[in-house]
Amino acid sequence: MTILQFFLWSVLKVAVVTVVMLLGIAYTVLLERKLVGRIQNRWGPTRVGPFGLLQPLVDGAKSFLKEDIIPTGVYRPLYLLAPILALGCTLISIGVVPFGAPNIGPGPLDLFEIANVNVGLLVILGVTSIGVYGIALAGWSSNNKYSLLGALRSSAQLVSYELALGLSLVGVVLRAGSLNLRVIVEQQATNGMLSWNLFGGMQFVAFFIYLMAAYAETNRSPFDLPEAESELTGGYHTEYSSMKFAMFFMAEYGNMITVGCVATLLFLGGWTNPFGNSFGTSNNILVHALFPLFWFVLKVFSFLFLYVWVRGTLPRFRYDQLMNYGWCWLMPLAILNIVATSLWLAYR
Amino acid sequence: MHLILFLVFAGFCLGGAINLLIQSHPINSALSLIVVMVSLAVLYLLLGAEFLAAAQVIVYAGAIMVLFTFVVMLLNAGREARTLGSRAARSIGFPAVVAILVVIATVILHAQGLGVARLSDGITSTEELSTVLFTKLLLPFEVTSVLILIAILGAVALARHDDTDPRANEERTGK
Repeated sequence: MTILQFFLWSVLKVAVVTVVMLLGIAYTVLLERKLVGRIQNRWGPTRVGPFGLLQPLVDGAKSFLKEDIIPTGVYRPLYLLAPILALGCTLISIGVVPFGAPNIGPGPLDLFEIANVNVGLLVILGVTSIGVYGIALAGWSSNNKYSLLGALRSSAQLVSYELALGLSLVGVVLRAGSLNLRVIVEQQATNGMLSWNLFGGMQFVAFFIYLMAAYAETNRSPFDLPEAESELTGGYHTEYSSMKFAMFFMAEYGNMITVGCVATLLFLGGWTNPFGNSFGTSNNILVHALFPLFWFVLKVFSFLFLYVWVRGTLPRFRYDQLMNYGWCWLMPLAILNIVATSLWLAYR
Repeated sequence: MHLILFLVFAGFCLGGAINLLIQSHPINSALSLIVVMVSLAVLYLLLGAEFLAAAQVIVYAGAIMVLFTFVVMLLNAGREARTLGSRAARSIGFPAVVAILVVIATVILHAQGLGVARLSDGITSTEELSTVLFTKLLLPFEVTSVLILIAILGAVALARHDDTDPRANEERTGK
């Protein structure tokens, strides 16, 4: 496989994944509006297209056509950099996520993962950490007290929950013996659903911690203090309009999708069949390629459903409750989980 | 290829460091320091230390610098005032710094018996790193943990409200 071939295949993979990701983000917004609507006993958007399915298209067009206002007193370089940073980090983190079966593709190239990095899990954590700057710089550069408060709250919240997030994943890494996402998934493929890290791997506490920390990391309800509309008039994205605001919006939903992907890879067995081999295997290459993709999408969809369900149900945390929860409950619990997992693995 | 990447990211590193010193607004300095940290991570990756590169991004660029930026934003630090410079710094300071750097460089370049780090395709796996860290380098590891614990205790002790101050108690109970 020459360098040119590798490069062209990689560009193709990146293009497809980016398009699918952006479409996924757009339709996650629609999913949220319809689902929150049903939770609140009303229909969501239904007028544009059948069942409102063309709503994201129209929303996108609206975002492009709105007037782009830049207030006078903003610190321009950072004001313009912040949404780029936010959306960029979201799209980068999807680059190390394997979403389909391995060893399918031209030559030694893996078709269902953009980059197979040995420390893939750490790359996702690192890019999430950099994404904090998008919010912090947006709030500070907006020359607006509410934005600054939202940005400060958000930075503190994100840094606090990053700890619990990282620590909760250590249990999974201990069990798999590797930071490589493909290896972690393949280790869960032995018995179908029973060998998933959530059930057979005894990582249910870690799963719970990961979910809570991920909800806080993506600034989603009930942890959405940085954008608390009733308190902060929009928080860090108050002064942003049209496409820049849409970029923040997309970054948030993109982070949701990434969190769902990481959760399925680490706890739910990724692209593997939950029924294991009980329905027999097939020699058809198309089945080998498409069924894992289907399972992966189904599992990520279930996480998005859970996200929106929690958003529609639970009220917002107060700031001190939020910090208390992250430092005094989730972090010690994550450390206990590491100790317990290590003991279990050592004496198994 | 490795050499080109090394030159590019070493350039970013140096550029970021010099920009850090030149900028008058602290937020620009903080962002330059982030550029330095991320460039260092890439340099670690070029040496094959993938775990270290990821840890550098997560810990330094993603947590420590966030807190730096947080403090700059919270304290609303403005542009620093330019002084006229001092003659002593120009006549004695800069030559002294150059002299010290020359001495250090000479000592390092003439040292024998140091290991070799090469830009190569070899990757040090996390397993190898942890084997060395928890067997040969266990004592420095534990001592570093104690050091960080002391720093945390110091910070908490400094930031704590003084419970024995009667005026503070009065303010709190509103009497």
